[in-house]
Amino acid sequence: MRFGVVVFPGTWSDCDFHYVISEVVRQPVRYVWHRDRDLADLDCVVLPGGFSYGDYLRAGAVAGKSPVVEALGDFVARGGFVLGSCNGFQILCEGGLLPGALMRNECLQYRCQSTSLLVENVDTPFTRGMPPGQVLTMPISHGEGKYYADPETLRTLKARRQVVFRYATADGQVVRAANPNGSVENIAGVVNEGGNVLGLMPHPERAAETAMGGTDGLLLFQSLLGTLVEDGTFLRR
Amino acid sequence: MRVRVLVRLKPGILDVQGAAVQRALLGLGFGDVRELRVGKLIEVEVEAGAAEAARARVDEMCRKLLANPILEDYTIETVEGERLAPH
Repeated sequence: MRFGVVVFPGTWSDCDFHYVISEVVRQPVRYVWHRDRDLADLDCVVLPGGFSYGDYLRAGAVAGKSPVVEALGDFVARGGFVLGSCNGFQILCEGGLLPGALMRNECLQYRCQSTSLLVENVDTPFTRGMPPGQVLTMPISHGEGKYYADPETLRTLKARRQVVFRYATADGQVVRAANPNGSVENIAGVVNEGGNVLGLMPHPERAAETAMGGTDGLLLFQSLLGTLVEDGTFLRR
Repeated sequence: MRVRVLVRLKPGILDVQGAAVQRALLGLGFGDVRELRVGKLIEVEVEAGAAEAARARVDEMCRKLLANPILEDYTIETVEGERLAPH
């Protein structure tokens, strides 16, 4: 599977994703400049975290209208995979590729910490192979990660099983105390209706080697590549 | 033509910035503040012959970029000199 990592002015997790994909996941990967529209050689486009365009106007707003994000519309329509983490999630929402919006954290603090995520839907291309009730540990690092969707959108999201990750306790309890930013119903990540676009606030690329303190972020890549389904070695802890 | 856009969080959406500013004012002795919400002011100089055309153009800008319709409402005013012209 060939990956592209998008670089906007102000992106900061691009090198981390590039490293993890090439050195840990061992798949071909190239950078994609934000003005590029040609994604024909790619199977999965990654929108990394950071502060694209300095978060001017709103986090992800300017990047959400960039040439590469416009090109993602066709890319997604023909079945390409898109993974947006942190600022990438904000960009996907601002660009209309995912429902809802991300707002300033309710606590008003920038939150940089480890989080436990309950995998609510194990039938997406990014989570298949995980057992129901799987809990992943990944760090967050953001000031504007409070997910918001109006009640009607929220009902639709749940009915279509588009909520993929919720902030939870280490044993998978979705409770208010485990919610780091005030996200509605503890939502940490969602997919589009087709299931091929995933946005999440946590950073899978920062949980990809033992030296980083955990490797749960790799599971998303292994799921996407099909290896998680094949060997089925990942079990709930 | 100068156009002024006011972008506000929709009513009912929690404004944590506004709440923090209100608490700070309370600390300064302004206990009489009933509610405070923070919005954005965007001033646009746009090439247009008539005010109506300028407003229509900026409305399009708001829908495409300047405001997020999920979270925000906006109002558009054309500006004549230093005085706001009512529309």
